[in-house]
Amino acid sequence: MFDEGYFNLGYLDTLSYKNTFVHRLDPRAKLIATVAFVVTVVSFPKYEITGLLPFFLFPVLLFSLGDIPVKFILKKVLLVSSFALFIGIFNPLLDRQIVYSCWGFPVSRGWISFFSIMLKFFLTITSALLLIATTSFPGICHALRKLGVPGIFISQLLFLYRYLFVLVEEAMKAVRARDMRSFGRQGKGMKTFVSLVGTLFLRTVERAERIYQAMLSRGFSGNLHLMRPHRVSGADIVFLSSTMVLLYLFRVHDVVGAMGSLSMGTF
Amino acid sequence: MHMADALLSPAVGAAFWAGTVGTISYCSKKLTDTMEEKLIPLMGVLGAFIFAAQMINFTIPGTGSSGHLGGGMILAVILGPYAAFIVMASVLTVQALFFADGGLLALGCNIWNLGLYPCFVAYPLIFRPLAGSGGSRRRLTIASLLGGVVGLQLGAISVVIETLLSGRSELPFSTFALLMQPIHLAIGVVEGIVTAGVINFIRAARPEILEGSLSARPLSAHLPIKKVFIGFLVAAVLTGGVMSWFASSNPDGLEWSIQKVFGRPDLPGQTSGIAHALKSIQEKTALLPDYGFRKADDDKGRASATSVSGLIGSALVLAGVLLIGYIIRALRRKSA
Repeated sequence: MFDEGYFNLGYLDTLSYKNTFVHRLDPRAKLIATVAFVVTVVSFPKYEITGLLPFFLFPVLLFSLGDIPVKFILKKVLLVSSFALFIGIFNPLLDRQIVYSCWGFPVSRGWISFFSIMLKFFLTITSALLLIATTSFPGICHALRKLGVPGIFISQLLFLYRYLFVLVEEAMKAVRARDMRSFGRQGKGMKTFVSLVGTLFLRTVERAERIYQAMLSRGFSGNLHLMRPHRVSGADIVFLSSTMVLLYLFRVHDVVGAMGSLSMGTF
Repeated sequence: MHMADALLSPAVGAAFWAGTVGTISYCSKKLTDTMEEKLIPLMGVLGAFIFAAQMINFTIPGTGSSGHLGGGMILAVILGPYAAFIVMASVLTVQALFFADGGLLALGCNIWNLGLYPCFVAYPLIFRPLAGSGGSRRRLTIASLLGGVVGLQLGAISVVIETLLSGRSELPFSTFALLMQPIHLAIGVVEGIVTAGVINFIRAARPEILEGSLSARPLSAHLPIKKVFIGFLVAAVLTGGVMSWFASSNPDGLEWSIQKVFGRPDLPGQTSGIAHALKSIQEKTALLPDYGFRKADDDKGRASATSVSGLIGSALVLAGVLLIGYIIRALRRKSA
């Protein structure tokens, strides 16, 4: 499980270095579009299902234009520890008012709201993962900096990301060593854990001290300077404005209903 | 437990984001004012450490399940509340992006729940007084255990409140709280014991690391009580505002919880005060005119109007979306 978590982390990072139309867009445009998408999806009322369906266009476009492996992301979405599922499953139990029947099956309001929560869950989580898969983490940090997030927090994010892989690898070594010395559950208790984590902590602090000295000798004075000139291009403006327009149209108009009555009219 | 986007309404998500962003800027300002820049790499690497440590499991004695380290308390003890909050926020941001824990809108709530309570409530009001000068191992253990438990309990009740205010779940307050609090009490005790163990380990090996937080130093100086109170006041007004806003606009979601508090389905005096002000601002600046203040009959959503045409429409829209994706993919393959 540990190795898999690490592998996923590294793989998502690798994906973000592809060179497609979506990857080349300005990180700010992608960040703003994703946030607008999430807010619009979440703004639908409790019993909304059909209104959410057109919103699948956004992840589908990012998947296909950004050349992101669908299976990998979907597996991650399904595996994510779902608090939403845990809480949402109570809706069908508590709200049993039957609203209509579908081919003889009675459908209660609770099931509708549960299904609505699950659709929202899928859309929001997928779009968050797609954001990182199409924009590198440093890219998102630069976007946040440009959007006015305090510098200390950005340095913190960049530092965390830089040393994440180093420390996770170190922790992985320690875990492997522990697993080889333990039998089944024996030897994996709290006592071992505490000294394992304690040692990892001490090594971390020592590493931080070395890093600080190396930074000092290179003229560090409290600020991280970022060099990545991002210029807003025509593609960014087109992408962002068309996303906004589509989100607005999908939110306000009943696309599914229109399609339905249109097809009923033609046949 | 991470809050999820799907359970949030935009207003609640935005309110907690506002609180979180405010706290981050406040902490950043505080840190730039007092900081020795040595703390920058230490904070960064400690964030990575918390991340790595949370990936290591251990078995909980007597049960088959496994636990892991909770971050907020240990960071507050080592770095002081301001730096700890920033580190916790960064850890949760990376988790939200890479592991999709919760989502982007819920990130504000998650930072609030898992960062603010341990750093600005449990640490100054529980850990500091109990731990004293850090001379005794037992006091340190009790302080970190209690601090961890209280921090997590507050976080859990906060999740309950956020979910209820959003009105997406049917769970009544008492049931939900009875579900969340005991689970998090158990988690909190286990995490607290482990946190205490690690803090004692550090104290034995490198006592000077803890000296800063146990003796008063400018960085982790006692949090002024007045500021804590003002913070709570702001939070209360914010939550109250959001709550009455929702109660007046979205009656079916919150009706029952309001009913419990006030004994009748509507809040008294909602034609004046903050709810009214918010509503008029919303009406003037509405980008999505039908969102938020739709009529009651519209509130059932388009789903209830489902008929044959609705089903056909849904199928067509989904098929169309998938077809677009498939075509783009096929074209890419061809050109590659």
